[in-house]
Amino acid sequence: MKLNARINGIKVSLEISPDEFLVDTLRRNGYLGVKQGCDTGTCGVCTIHVDGKAVLSCVLLSAKVEGREITTIEGVQNEAKVIGKYLVDEGVDQCGYCSSGTIMSILYLEKSIANPTDEEILHYLNGNLCRCTGYTGQLRAIKKYMEGKYNENCKQ
Amino acid sequence: MINLITIKNYVVPQTVEEAYGYLTSNKASTIFGGGAFIRMGSKNISTAIDLSKCGLNNITESDDSIEIGAMVTFGDLESSTILKNHFNNLLAISVKDIVGIQMRNIVTVGGTVYSRYGFSDFITALMVLDAKVKLHKGGLVPIELFITDGSKEKDILEYITIKKDNRRASFKSMRNSKGDYAILNIAVSKKENMCIAVGARPGRAILAKKTMEYINENGINLDNLEEALDVLTEEVKFGSNSRGSSQYREKICRTLIKRALKEADCLEA
Repeated sequence: MKLNARINGIKVSLEISPDEFLVDTLRRNGYLGVKQGCDTGTCGVCTIHVDGKAVLSCVLLSAKVEGREITTIEGVQNEAKVIGKYLVDEGVDQCGYCSSGTIMSILYLEKSIANPTDEEILHYLNGNLCRCTGYTGQLRAIKKYMEGKYNENCKQ
Repeated sequence: MINLITIKNYVVPQTVEEAYGYLTSNKASTIFGGGAFIRMGSKNISTAIDLSKCGLNNITESDDSIEIGAMVTFGDLESSTILKNHFNNLLAISVKDIVGIQMRNIVTVGGTVYSRYGFSDFITALMVLDAKVKLHKGGLVPIELFITDGSKEKDILEYITIKKDNRRASFKSMRNSKGDYAILNIAVSKKENMCIAVGARPGRAILAKKTMEYINENGINLDNLEEALDVLTEEVKFGSNSRGSSQYREKICRTLIKRALKEADCLEA
């Protein structure tokens, strides 16, 4: 069957099978920034946005996103670069496999809550597992990123 | 990658009646909510029926009730400004520890409630409210009856309707780690009468009716709390699985109920 959707602002028409999951469709079509991990909806590395909402592409059937707007890490490269720098500065990039999913969750958090508390940040990151860092560094990086954005907005 | 489920056809009906036609036309037809739990199993599905276009995606409020469409996601429940104003935000609180927000943006109310999952946090919370499920053919069924007996025949859950009766409520669960399945979950509510539900026992959620009766007759305060909890652990059957033994569940149940009663301000002076 055909899947017609927009991926990172571009209209696409992709051949899919009815029992295919979105992570497989995306990776097969070159969106390799979407990582594949547990395939059971647990680890969060496959996080993307569908119509602006963070979802796990490994548990979402491709057929379910017909006509919808999909954003992968490839579609938010500038934002990802900025957040990535904060993660690197705090030493939490280590193996890096979880980073693209984590960054998609951070962008969703930013969209959902203007000034998140530590508790809210951790709540939004609960679905992104990281075997390297223990999350304290991530929390530090996100807070600095948010503060940086806030200060930038104040200057403007 | 090996697909554990197979799907031959995928249909997106425009009305519930059309969806019902697909559902009854073939034994192996399956309604898809979010599909998150189906993904974990192994199933050959002839026709997967997606209800996304059937107009079941909203939470609405009238003078006396709240209606939650079957395709509303747990993420929608969590961010709903309508639900925030009722039952001490019970329904949003009940789903907030389920995996991560990316999963909750997929999981649907209808998928969970129609499947009557024993591990469900949301069902336990619904049980202490004056809630009914609306089935396409079966009509309105009280939540407790539906969770106990299910649907007599293949049906489609359209929405859940909840009476706005200003009851106070609280939900508590115990988990090994954040985002894991609950080892046990409980909910309490109070208006004139007390209502207590226990779920993830690991069996389906049930109402602790003898305990409710005891409290409604005697009231509940720090002096008779332990006696009330004895009635509860006597009547509720706890089971064992890899997450916890029946004895462990019984112990934590007492503590969770105490905390919930305090939080919902149900303990008399």
